[in-house]
Amino acid sequence: MPYYASVEQIMRDRSELARKGIARGRSVAVLSYAGGVLFMAETSSTALRKVSEIYDRIGFAAVGRYSEFDNLRTAGIRLADMRGYSYDRRDVSGRQLANSYAHALNSIFTEQQKPFEVEICVAEVGATQEGDQLYRITYDGTIVPEPNFLVMGGQAEAMTQTLRELYQPGPSLEDALALGVRVLGSIGGANGAPREIPADQLEVAVLDRTRLQRAFRRIPTAAVTDLLPRPPAAAATPDEPATAEEPIADAVELPTAVPDVAVPPPDPSPGTPPAMPHTEAETTVAEPEEARTTEADTTADEPAEVETTDAPASESGPEKPSTA
Amino acid sequence: MSHQISGLSVAFRATGSSFSDFLADAAPDLLPGRRALPPTMATDLAPTATTIVAASYAGGVVMGGDRRATMGNYIAQRDIQKVYASDAFSVVGIAGSAGIAIEMVRLFSVELEHYEKIEGTSLSLDGKANRLATMIRGNLGAAMQGLAVVPLFAGVDPESADPTRPGRIFSYDVTGGVYEEYGFHAIGSGSVFAKGALKKVWAPDRDRAATVRAIVESLYDAAEDDSATGGPDLVRRLFPILYDVTAAGAERVPDAEVVQAAETVIAERTVAPRID
Repeated sequence: MPYYASVEQIMRDRSELARKGIARGRSVAVLSYAGGVLFMAETSSTALRKVSEIYDRIGFAAVGRYSEFDNLRTAGIRLADMRGYSYDRRDVSGRQLANSYAHALNSIFTEQQKPFEVEICVAEVGATQEGDQLYRITYDGTIVPEPNFLVMGGQAEAMTQTLRELYQPGPSLEDALALGVRVLGSIGGANGAPREIPADQLEVAVLDRTRLQRAFRRIPTAAVTDLLPRPPAAAATPDEPATAEEPIADAVELPTAVPDVAVPPPDPSPGTPPAMPHTEAETTVAEPEEARTTEADTTADEPAEVETTDAPASESGPEKPSTA
Repeated sequence: MSHQISGLSVAFRATGSSFSDFLADAAPDLLPGRRALPPTMATDLAPTATTIVAASYAGGVVMGGDRRATMGNYIAQRDIQKVYASDAFSVVGIAGSAGIAIEMVRLFSVELEHYEKIEGTSLSLDGKANRLATMIRGNLGAAMQGLAVVPLFAGVDPESADPTRPGRIFSYDVTGGVYEEYGFHAIGSGSVFAKGALKKVWAPDRDRAATVRAIVESLYDAAEDDSATGGPDLVRRLFPILYDVTAAGAERVPDAEVVQAAETVIAERTVAPRID
């Protein structure tokens, strides 16, 4: 039955669908700290990961529908590996990747029946904190470079506001982690009260500035527990050693440890620094205000605590861009 | 390069966790085995890398290679690196056509890292060995024209290490056959001499220092009898490159350790020279 719908109406409907889907999931916070970039995702699943390594200095975090952002994640790894293989490892940058994601998401949004219900973050760790780059890419391909931190997911606006008030430049990992937990827990409690998020419901990873090549590593739950500030109730257990002050380099064992010696074979210039901080002011912002103004208004009717998993109807696989 | 621009859409369509399979679809010209070769012999056209030796010990496995690449009777390079860490727990050494071999090692390293990133877990050691075999198999056409690549692969499987022999060694033939070697193995033009030397000193329960020393000495013996293998170069301070793989990971044996082992071997041979 053919009928007429204005382009404006179609886009509005798609935006609403995407925003509702994103708001349903749990949130992710990404913060730049003194030693690198910290990713924190609230999650109930140990199998479905929201945070991932993309390349030597680049990490990825996402909220929304798992199958869709996982497809974006693997595509990003393929693209980064192909670029690094055909040129050099240093020629892979977060900005390039963020642009590729923006193009892909934009063409999906305009050309497909259903947009991707995802919001993703591409983060690149620099040699100093000023060199860190965080890009937020929304479901419609809008790309926004964010200084220092970003929050994605349901009621991200409110959490961003909280973070903006509390964030001090150059926090330690412990401080950044404590801040992230506080911000993620500031939404969704009963009657607007803050929630406690247990360490085993956090997926935590860092891009460690000091590592020579592959900067990404996950921080296991045990180490997260040690790093987080003790809740007042736990002060009654004095038998635990005070490991919270330990530097992260000692406290954390990566399960699939990648020693820095695993250098790629034909490195023509081994003396060069592992990452090139991008100091140029060039950005690719496309109407940053357009997609973000209405973020909070569609979230009120949604339960904030439901993990977005695949409905059986969409199990057949994520949409593929037909012409991108 | 068109594949650089359309990359992400190709990357969307791709499935699986193999980087070389993805390249075969997205940019086949980047794969070593996919290029058409003129039907002529290409022997001595490009540098050839020679002797690689690996030996397991109580803590893992050590692999070492000399520094020479030759083109016929001509020394093409004195300081080539022929042993590489392919990932955190494995090393690969190359003999044969150096350019193709280095490209293959590079691809192999990306392949292992790519799998690790997409799957969130590493391949098993046997999986890595078989993956390398697939790449060698893809090079059969070039190998038949004189551009053969034969690697030696060794590593530790942190997931299922056999405590009695943590380090494992795999050798290959040009058709992609994989053969697990027990204890020690050598490949390349000087391999006969290196293996003969190693046979006399290798024992399964030795420590790292003794194994480093044995490998340096076997390369010294290979260099004495094989013109394509370079011995320690005291003038230019060029010594073999060795990698050690243990359950803690793959690490390059520090130069100081290799130099000390080489100088010990040279000193002993100077006191009691083997004249033949």
